[in-house]
Amino acid sequence: MFESLSDKLGGILDRLTKRGALSEADVDAALREVRRALLEADVALDVTRDFVDKVRVRAVGVDVIKSVTPGQMVVKIVHDELVATLGAQSQGIDLNAAAPIAIMMVGLQGSGKTTTTAKLAKRLGDRLNRKTLMASLDVRRPAAMEQLAVLGRDIGVDTLPIVEGQQPPQIARRAIEAGRLGGYDVVLLDTAGRTTLDEAMMAEAAEVKKAVNPHEVLLVADSLTGQDAVNLARAFNERVGLTGIVLTRIDGDGRGGAALSMRAVTGKPIKLIGTGEKMDALEDFDPARIAGRILGMGDIVSLVEKAAANIDAEKAMRSAERMRKGAFDLNDLRDQLDQMAKMGGLGGLMGMMPGVAKMKNQIANAGLDDGLLKRQTAMIDSMTPKERRNPDLLKNSRKKRIVAGSGTKVEELNKLLKMHRGMADMMKSMVGGAKRGPMAGLANMLGMGGGAPSPEQMAELAKKMPGGAGGLPSGMPQLPPNFPGMPRGIPGLGGSGAKPGLGGFPGLGKKK
Amino acid sequence: MSDSTQKQSWWQRLSGGLKRTSSSIGTAISDLVTKRKLDAAMVEELEEALIRADLGVDVAAKIAAAIGVGRYDKTISADEVKSIVAAEVEKVMAPVAKPLAIEGARPFVVLVSGVNGSGKTTTIGKMAALFKADGHKVMLAAGDTFRAAAIDQLKIWGQRTGAPVIASTSGSDAASLAFEALTAAKAQDMDVLLVDTAGRLQNKTGLMEELEKIVRVMKKVDPTAPHAVLLVLDATVGQNALSQVEIFQKVAGVTGLVMTKLDGTARGGILVAIAARFGLPVHFIGIGEGVDDLAPFTARDFARAIAGME
Repeated sequence: MFESLSDKLGGILDRLTKRGALSEADVDAALREVRRALLEADVALDVTRDFVDKVRVRAVGVDVIKSVTPGQMVVKIVHDELVATLGAQSQGIDLNAAAPIAIMMVGLQGSGKTTTTAKLAKRLGDRLNRKTLMASLDVRRPAAMEQLAVLGRDIGVDTLPIVEGQQPPQIARRAIEAGRLGGYDVVLLDTAGRTTLDEAMMAEAAEVKKAVNPHEVLLVADSLTGQDAVNLARAFNERVGLTGIVLTRIDGDGRGGAALSMRAVTGKPIKLIGTGEKMDALEDFDPARIAGRILGMGDIVSLVEKAAANIDAEKAMRSAERMRKGAFDLNDLRDQLDQMAKMGGLGGLMGMMPGVAKMKNQIANAGLDDGLLKRQTAMIDSMTPKERRNPDLLKNSRKKRIVAGSGTKVEELNKLLKMHRGMADMMKSMVGGAKRGPMAGLANMLGMGGGAPSPEQMAELAKKMPGGAGGLPSGMPQLPPNFPGMPRGIPGLGGSGAKPGLGGFPGLGKKK
Repeated sequence: MSDSTQKQSWWQRLSGGLKRTSSSIGTAISDLVTKRKLDAAMVEELEEALIRADLGVDVAAKIAAAIGVGRYDKTISADEVKSIVAAEVEKVMAPVAKPLAIEGARPFVVLVSGVNGSGKTTTIGKMAALFKADGHKVMLAAGDTFRAAAIDQLKIWGQRTGAPVIASTSGSDAASLAFEALTAAKAQDMDVLLVDTAGRLQNKTGLMEELEKIVRVMKKVDPTAPHAVLLVLDATVGQNALSQVEIFQKVAGVTGLVMTKLDGTARGGILVAIAARFGLPVHFIGIGEGVDDLAPFTARDFARAIAGME
């Protein structure tokens, strides 16, 4: 979601990083760009102004002059300020109250309230083992209550039986009562939205709040919202009183300035983010992680998390071991392609890597899409086991067969073989100790293992990872120092030279 | 029921819907220029007022610069500034204010696309009422087979407007539903077929491919279909709308825009940025939840409303 913003800031700050000393003019020039990037990312104007001022105050002056590398200092200041604006640390849903805990969801129509309600119920059940009751207070939109009931059945969460003709505060009280009698831990109240901010909606929400005094009042808001995000957040906070914000559609390609704006205006934490259409696509909001992404430092933590959740550890270790010996055949390549696909394909993978955001357009231009992954996999699948182990066997007639079997073209097959050869060569050279090659980081990530980490370290890492869970061990953000090879290797992939890293993706990038 | 009263009521609706937008920009402008000489700082403040309305940095800078040309160090009144803003906005918007012409094909197929929650289904309902009132025979296709209750929602619109609805079950294939609907519309001699689609984020490749497939499959029945592909945008959306237009246009061949929810605090300023960049026609604006709260887009009214002129 934040890639575009990180592109921008990444570019600006690159320039800073390359200079020895920072003058006030340098800072001003950079901050003009920061301001523009933030505005283009839909960060509200006032929030942008405050942000830029804070950074300026800190960047020009003692802090910077005394520091050894002024550029890095500014990067750090912008980063810290982003984190501070987004909220110093992540806060989850507060469940420290007597059961049944009432959680009220408010927001505009179309922001994703009902879906988020169901996702939250599922999350509370799956992760925390809380028994949840959902109730729709939307007596206005046709079929809204039925929609929640259908969702409830799908995810196996109870919904309050619908009684015609009741008003929202009445339904809310009935829900709490049912929660108490039914032994529920949490009662989720899905209130009615309006297409726009209006008095009736606010009054209704305030009335519901008064009736049941919910423990949490969450504003569900669309992360694609523009400058209006501040009005929205402010209005709800003033009239209803929020305890937190849930940002939906973070999986879109919006730049997500709304996150900064709403947090700054209300001072209320962003507690959860909606990351997809599936019912389990609701994650913790981690400000440090997002700020890192904004700065183009990549979402390393997510990448590691995803890698751990999706990579077959045993397989990875086996191929890592083989590669350490310098062997890398088409079976190994196929595993790699497979794993890349599992981690969200090339786009998903690239987006998480620092510095790579810049290359995205180049990648798109080179025709590197996920269809490519599929076609390459198909080609390998059309080979005999013997051919996979020994690609040198592939001469004309075999190639024709493979191409016919996989519905591809000979050129594509040749490209695949070239890529494989390039990778195999690199693996060999990496065994020779050159662990800082462009692929080293990725190789490590995927468990290909250059110099480090060894399979044992991979196993360690895998153990530390909560399987797919959002809750990161607190040590994770400080991952670089104690995770050798990775932080260094990954930035290497993006590089900051004139021709960033694409060439480092052997074969893939060198189209034409 | 003369034409002028009709117009008047639309104008009232539009200015009512855009009132908060306009008054906030209008107020901002009035605050800026009361008894002041125009200088660089003021131009910058004007630019910021426009950015606040989601016009985007580039367009806002352009308009603000145009206001500055030849006026530095002159005392300028708030009304003057407003009319200059309006004129600049109108200049950008006039070429794209085009009504949706139902002509050249029968049935005339309108595919309606957009991200989740932008107001596609409601817009279809309103358009159905509008086209009906114009004497067209209208059919609706419930192509949003993903969202729970979307089909029911469209059926309700069908009942309200008296338009037949072609629907299958939730979770079925949207492309084959579109195929069936177009076949049925042909067989039943319809003038207009409005095809709903599930909301999708433009960066979801799989879902965008599905949209492409809907277009492809309809061409099997009528090679010229769909005759219009509308992208529905929510007025609260920010700069991401540019990305939406770009990708939906690429995948589904969007031919025009509808902006919904303009009756709130949100400022439809992004339309100006979109017009400047893509030049896509804007057909309608949604200014309320009622069945007739869909107005044709007119550049002058929009521009005056954006600038806060009465």
